[in-house]
Amino acid sequence: MLRSIFIYGLINSIILALTAVGFSLTYGISRVANFAYGALYVLAGFAAWVLLHRLALNYYLALFLAVVFVALVGAALYRFALIRVRGMPISEIIVTFALGTALVELLRFFGLFGSAYGLPPLRRATLQLLGVPVDFQRVALVVIGAVLILALWLFTHYTKIGLAFRAIAQDEQAAMMVGIDPDHMATLSLALGSALAAVAAVVVLPLGYIAAESGSNILVFAIAVCILGGLESPAGVIVASLLIGYAQILSVAYFGPHYQMIVALLAILVTLVFRPSGLFGKQKELEERV
Amino acid sequence: MAKRRERIDRPIRVLTEDIYALESLSRMIYVAAPSVFPVLFLLLLPLFTPSLYMQRVLILTAVYALLALSWDFIAVATGLVSLGQALFFGVGAYLAAILNLHFGLPPMVTLLVSTFAGAAIATALVAPCLPLRGVYFAMTTLVYPLLLARTIEATAVLGGTDGLVGIASFPNVWVERYLVLAFVLGATFALRRLLRTDFGLVMRSISDNDQAVRASAINITVYKLVAIYLASALGCFAGAYFTHLYMFVGLSAFSLDLSILPIACAVVGGMGTLVGPVIGAFVLVPLAEMVRDLGTLRVVFYSLLLVALVLFKPEGLMSFLERKYRQIERWVQV
Amino acid sequence: MTTDFLVVDELSKSFGGVKALDRVGFSVAQGEVLGIIGLNGSGKTTLVNVITGFIRPDSGHVWLRGKEITGLAPEKIAGLGIARTFQTVRPFHHLPAFKNLIVPLYSSRIRSAAGGGRWGDRDAVALDLLEEVGFERDSSVPYKPAAALPHGYLRRLELARCLALRPEVIITDELFSGLSSSEVSSLMPLMEKLRERGITLVMVEHRLRELFRLARRVIVMEQGRKIAEGPPQAIVADNAVRETYLGAEL
Repeated sequence: MLRSIFIYGLINSIILALTAVGFSLTYGISRVANFAYGALYVLAGFAAWVLLHRLALNYYLALFLAVVFVALVGAALYRFALIRVRGMPISEIIVTFALGTALVELLRFFGLFGSAYGLPPLRRATLQLLGVPVDFQRVALVVIGAVLILALWLFTHYTKIGLAFRAIAQDEQAAMMVGIDPDHMATLSLALGSALAAVAAVVVLPLGYIAAESGSNILVFAIAVCILGGLESPAGVIVASLLIGYAQILSVAYFGPHYQMIVALLAILVTLVFRPSGLFGKQKELEERV
Repeated sequence: MAKRRERIDRPIRVLTEDIYALESLSRMIYVAAPSVFPVLFLLLLPLFTPSLYMQRVLILTAVYALLALSWDFIAVATGLVSLGQALFFGVGAYLAAILNLHFGLPPMVTLLVSTFAGAAIATALVAPCLPLRGVYFAMTTLVYPLLLARTIEATAVLGGTDGLVGIASFPNVWVERYLVLAFVLGATFALRRLLRTDFGLVMRSISDNDQAVRASAINITVYKLVAIYLASALGCFAGAYFTHLYMFVGLSAFSLDLSILPIACAVVGGMGTLVGPVIGAFVLVPLAEMVRDLGTLRVVFYSLLLVALVLFKPEGLMSFLERKYRQIERWVQV
Repeated sequence: MTTDFLVVDELSKSFGGVKALDRVGFSVAQGEVLGIIGLNGSGKTTLVNVITGFIRPDSGHVWLRGKEITGLAPEKIAGLGIARTFQTVRPFHHLPAFKNLIVPLYSSRIRSAAGGGRWGDRDAVALDLLEEVGFERDSSVPYKPAAALPHGYLRRLELARCLALRPEVIITDELFSGLSSSEVSSLMPLMEKLRERGITLVMVEHRLRELFRLARRVIVMEQGRKIAEGPPQAIVADNAVRETYLGAEL
C-alpha cells in the first residue's frame, strides 16, 4: 500500500506538473491568465484522435501534428483576440474563459463525452516498480515530464528566445527598449503554453479517455498548482505538483475518488487566503495580488 | 462631397441634469419615459404571455437578469470579475431547500431568509479572497461553485447527485410571476440609487484606484464586503426562487451556465450601467432559449457572441440606446 | 515645537535580496518641512510606502506623537492625519474633479470630526478645497471629469485630496515631476501656504531648486541608506553627496 502510494503519488505529481507548466509559462511571460487552457488540452486530445483514427496517420506523427495544431490555435488566440483587449484584465478573462467554454461545448456537441474516444498508449505493457505493477505509459510519462521540464529550464536560460521571454517577464518597458516586441513574445508564449498543454494531453489522455468535462478539471488543476507554487515560479510548479499530487493520491486511497478535485480546489483557496504569493512567489507578484 | 455624422445633445439635456424643465407635458414624458415605460412593460408582460412555456422563459430571463445585475454590481463597486455567480445561486437554492424540507418553513419565509442569510454565508465564503486582485479573484470565484458541487457529490450530503425533491411551491402563479419581476425592478433601481449616493461614489472609486481610496482613510474591505453582500443577496434570491419554482434543487444549481450567461448579458447590455445587464438578459436569454434544442451548442453560441462583443463592441446596448435617446444625430457636409 | 512629532527609526525592507531600505531613521518636528532626495531606486518611494502603511517593513518603527503606527493599515494611518500623494497620478477618472474629493470627505476621520451623521454639503466643501489649491472656482474646470484635466491640475487635485483629510502631515512623492517650470513655480505659493498653516511636510523630490526653498532640512538617500542629513546649504557643500548625486547639477 505504502509503496504503491509512493509510486502513484509520484506519477500523479508529474501529471500535474505537466498539465500546469504551460499555464504557468504563459502567465509568467505575458501576464495572460489563459482560462482557455483546459479547452486547448481537450482540443489536443481530440485533434490527435482525429489524426489517428480518421486520417490513420502514424502514431508519433499524429501526436506531433496535434501539438503543432494546438500551438497554432494558441498563437491565433493572441493574434486575433487577446491583442485587442491587452491590458484590460476583465476583458482578457472573459475572452479566454468564453472561448474555452465555446470550444469545449462545441466538442461536446460533436459527441465528445463518455468513454467513446481514447488514445492508444505508447506501448501496452506493465512493469514492476518496487513490486508495484505500473503500466508502461505511466513510466514513459514520468520520463517525458522530467525531460520536458528540464528542457524548458534550459530553453529559458540558454536560448535567445528564452532569455527574451525572461527579460519581458521581468521588465516589459526595459525589454521593449532593447528591441523585444511584447506582442510577438506574448504570441509565442501563448503558442508555447498551448503546445505544452497539448503535450500533456497526448501523453496523459491514453490513461483514460478524452472527454469534454476534463477541460474544466485540467484548468482547475493547472490553476491549483500555479497558485500554490507561486505563478511563474518553475521550482514552485514542481514542489506544488508534488504536494497536491501526493495529497490527491492519499485522499483517493483513504476517502474516495471524488476527493481528488476537492484537494485541488482547497489548495487554491487555502493558498490564496493564507499565503497569496504562493510557496515560491516573489514580492513583485505579491504586490500584484494583494 | 465628404460627410460626417454630427451628434448634438437634445436641448433638454442642456438645461440641467438635476432640475428638469417641467414646463411642458412632452418634456415631462421625455424625462420620465426611460424609467416608466420599461417598468410598465415588465409589469404587464406576464399578462400577455399566455403559454406556460412563455411564462417560464420570462421567469428564467428575470432570474438571469438578477445574476447579471449582481455580476455588474460587483464589477462596478469593487472592480472585481466574478466567474462564479453560480456560487450565490447555489447557496440560495440549497438554503431554501433545507429551510423548507427540514424546518418546514413556507416558501415566502424561506425566500426571505435565504436571501439575507444566504448572502451572509456567501459573503463569508468570498470574504477571505477580497484582498486579491483581478485574475486571482476570478480564479477563486471560479473555484467556489465547483468546490461546493464536488463536496456535495463526494459526501452525498444534501441529496448528493440526486438532489433534493418535494420542496413546496409558491401559493399561486401570480405570486410566482410577479415576485421575481418586482425583485428585478426593485433591485435595479435600488442599486442605481445607491451608486449615486456618496457611499456609492466611494464604491465606484475603489474600482478606479483602490490605493488612493485607502490613502483617503477609507477601509476598502468594508465597502467590498457590502458590495459582495448586496450582489450575493440578488444571486441567493434567484437561487431560492428557482428552487421553489421547480420544487427541486440539484447540482445544476452550481452549473457553469449560471456563471457565464450573466456575464454575457452584462456585456450585451453594457457593463457598468446596471440597467444594461438587465436589458441584456431580456435580449439574450430568450434567444438562448429559442435555440435550446441545439443542446450544448447554445452555450457555444452565446460564448462566441460574448467574445465578439467584448472584442468589437464593448460599449453595449445601454449606451447605444442612451445615445440615441439623448442626442440628435445628423449627417453634415464637411 | 517638539522634534519627535513623526519619528522613523531604523526602518529596513528588502525585496528578494535587494535592500530597498537599510536602517533608515529620522525625525520631523511639527510644522517642519523635510526634504528627501536621492537617485532613482534609492528607496525614497519605498520609504513613503512604509511610513504610510502600504508596505510592511521587515524591521524598524514609525511613531506619530509618540504612538507607534508601524504596520498599521494605510487607511488607519491616513485616519491619524498622515496624508500622502502618489508618484503616478491616477485620479478617480470617471468622476468630475470636485467629486474626487468626496472620497476623503466621506472617511470616518472627517465625518466624525464634523460631529457625525450627515454633515453639511460635501460638494460645497469639495469646491472650496479645489479653490484653495488653485482651481478657478467660477470656471468649468472643477466640474470636468478628472480624466480630462491637464497634468498640473491633477497634481493640485492630489494635494486637495490630502487637504480634504485635514491632515497634520502631508507626504509628497515627487509632486513636481512631469510639470513644466512655470507649473512648478505656480505650485510654490500653495506649498508655502501649507507650511504657513503649520502642516508638517515631508517632500520626496527631484526638483532641488524648489525643494531647497521650502525645506529647512534635507535627507539624502542612496541605495536604501541615509547618507547625509542637514540644511540645504550643508547638503550642497557635502562632498559625498556632490559625488553621488548632485555632481552635474550644481
